Amino acid sequence: MENTQTTTNNKIHPHKFTLWMGIGSIVMMFAGLTSAYIVKRNQSGWQTFDLPSAFWVSTILIVMSSVSVHLSVKSFKERGMNSYRKLLAITGVLGVAFIATQFIGFKEFWNVGMTLQANVAFSFLYVIVGLHAVHVIGGVIAIIVMSLKAFSTKKRNYSIVPVELIATYWHFVDILWIYLLIFLIMIR
Amino acid sequence: MSTATLHETTQHESHGDVHHDHHHQETFITKYVFSQDHKTIAKQFLVTGIIWAIIGGLFSVIFRMQLGNPTATYPWLEDLLGHWAKGGKLQPEFYYALVTMHGTILVFFVLTAGLSGTFANFLIPLQIGARDMASPMLNMLSYWFFFLASVIMMSSLFVQTGPASGGWTIYPPLSALGEASMGSKIGMDLWLVSMAMFIVSSLLGGLNYITTILNMRTKGMSMTRMPLTIWALFFTAVLGVLSFPVLLSGAILLLFDRNLGTSFYLSDIVVAGKILPNEGGSAILFQHLFWFLGHPEVYIILLPAMGMSSEILSVNSRKPIFGYMAMVGSLFAITILAFLVWAHHMFVTGLNPFLGSVFVLLTLLIAVPSAIKVFNWLTTLWKGNIRFTPAMMFAIGFVSLFISGGLTGIFLGNSALDIHLHDTYFVIAHFHIVMGVASFFGMFAGVYHWYPKMFGRYLNNTLAYIHFWVTIIGAYLIFWPMHYEGLAGMPRRYYDFSNWESFKMFGGLNEFISLIAIIVFAVQILFVVNFFYSIWKGRKVTTQNPWEANTLEWTTPVRPGHGNWPGDIPEVHRWPYDYGKDGKDFIPQDVPVGADESKH
Repeated sequence: MENTQTTTNNKIHPHKFTLWMGIGSIVMMFAGLTSAYIVKRNQSGWQTFDLPSAFWVSTILIVMSSVSVHLSVKSFKERGMNSYRKLLAITGVLGVAFIATQFIGFKEFWNVGMTLQANVAFSFLYVIVGLHAVHVIGGVIAIIVMSLKAFSTKKRNYSIVPVELIATYWHFVDILWIYLLIFLIMIR
Repeated sequence: MSTATLHETTQHESHGDVHHDHHHQETFITKYVFSQDHKTIAKQFLVTGIIWAIIGGLFSVIFRMQLGNPTATYPWLEDLLGHWAKGGKLQPEFYYALVTMHGTILVFFVLTAGLSGTFANFLIPLQIGARDMASPMLNMLSYWFFFLASVIMMSSLFVQTGPASGGWTIYPPLSALGEASMGSKIGMDLWLVSMAMFIVSSLLGGLNYITTILNMRTKGMSMTRMPLTIWALFFTAVLGVLSFPVLLSGAILLLFDRNLGTSFYLSDIVVAGKILPNEGGSAILFQHLFWFLGHPEVYIILLPAMGMSSEILSVNSRKPIFGYMAMVGSLFAITILAFLVWAHHMFVTGLNPFLGSVFVLLTLLIAVPSAIKVFNWLTTLWKGNIRFTPAMMFAIGFVSLFISGGLTGIFLGNSALDIHLHDTYFVIAHFHIVMGVASFFGMFAGVYHWYPKMFGRYLNNTLAYIHFWVTIIGAYLIFWPMHYEGLAGMPRRYYDFSNWESFKMFGGLNEFISLIAIIVFAVQILFVVNFFYSIWKGRKVTTQNPWEANTLEWTTPVRPGHGNWPGDIPEVHRWPYDYGKDGKDFIPQDVPVGADESKH
């Protein structure tokens, strides 16, 4: 309770705190979807499935991007602006590649007859994985905007807060993906 | 971490300065339309909420006219509603649309956005001592998403096939199949899109409220020195942030079922002799997802009313609130339990009876924190030096309604009794009193109490007392008899009861209820007139602290500008309930503790 006394000695920036609450909110949405998934799985007519192989490539890509965004923040803190910019851009590229492999995975899945309407199990896969991808796209857009700012010669950004915000969000979508992957492998 | 902390501090300092510079160069647009001032945003929420309340209330008057006198025709109704009231008689399809929209509007647009949106925005920065919200920009977006949701919902009233009509709970299959009913067509799509916008709005608002409360408090304002309003608004925001996303996930699956041919909620359905291809879905799944929000939603509506009533009861009893920590603890307990009781809405869906009994236990547990709150309100009033201001009347009315409505909750929370009472007028009576009318009373109490701070003028007291007495007597006259109708088995959502031998005897009673409903609605219009008239013509507030209250909002100028305090933000030295202490009537929070002062 000692840090609740005043405004000035709070440790966390309000925007970061807002992001954490927002992450809690996103977690609740996926908790809703995955528990719906568990409920449906125990009812009749559920078809088990294997995840498309492209999703493994996705996993490698997003883990790599988490590493690169981490290194990017580290460079920023050490004022290595050049490597910060490069690593941020690399993260963006890896993010785009992640989305691409997700799309390839969906196509792979669809082409063997596991379409959206074919079985409620597949519908769930498309919705859950798709919604995660939507959250990744949001992050990719933020990273692209941030990279453009970083590369622009006009404006110099010296505040660490937005960089850390993006990094936190990016790690979150990475961890969320790994959770979903394990979930979809274990419970199908 | 040290750099971050350093940056944080400078950011706070500059934040204050920025406000001072800004606020002189505001144009009409930035001041009244796309304002980032939390006080203006609060008023925008309030006025939008009032408009919605009139529409939602009018809908109830129209369907009550049908229920009160099923054979009568009203030619003017055809002028108003066109082919939905052919020959002056409300069409059954449109009756369902009215019931659905009445619920949607009152639950979400009035008692969620209109109540939390108004008072969380208005009171949080003022009472914790902040210049504005953590993110004024997100706050502004929160209102405009709500506005967008409002425009979309409003436009659904004007489409050819009418607005959504499957009940405010939008259970599939009525909501999932376009061919199921008139209101399942475009009206339902608009409902879903509007609610998606609404959810975004509440999430943006909620995130902001929580962050502001935890991070932006002035010096000395520890959590345990916060007014109970702030505690209540804090728990409300937590509930919203954690439960609305689950409704969103339910709505996303519903959108897939409606438009992309999936079968999350649909299975073995025959529409007009045609067998649908959907296989393997479960309509009950939707109910779980819906009520996981739906039940916390009850407390999202109720907690702000509890918080404001606590504050107003203490101020106008000239006594400290009784059991401050118990009040905070019970708010917390209600917040936790709110997430664990959703299936009590689903006792008759074929739920496993053992699971049902777990939910019965958890549901009845809510009686404990509720009873603690009621006890503390009554003991706060006990031997108080009570001032019967309009706000105080409504706050006492809130306590009365909360007790009356809460007691019937004990009946309904029992799964065995619920088999008989489910979907009857008993349920209608219960939730209208405990959630609907009680929260409205909390909202009215808040408006009457903080109106002088909002507009620098008073509301007319005579009209306020008329408003109070007619509303409280009317509310009991409308909903009390419904308990008897419900116990007799009269089902909700029926268009006309006159063909049922067993419900014929309620014809006269239904007519009486409808008559009272019209009178109560008319008195609400009186309140609206008072509200808008007083903004320009009301008696001017001349003192900084008209209610002699302790909280920080009364240390601002009579009409505070953007930034709230012209100089430094006051420092807090005590809790907000030092009334009648050491021979002093009241000691505001920013007064330093004297050397010889006793501890509270």
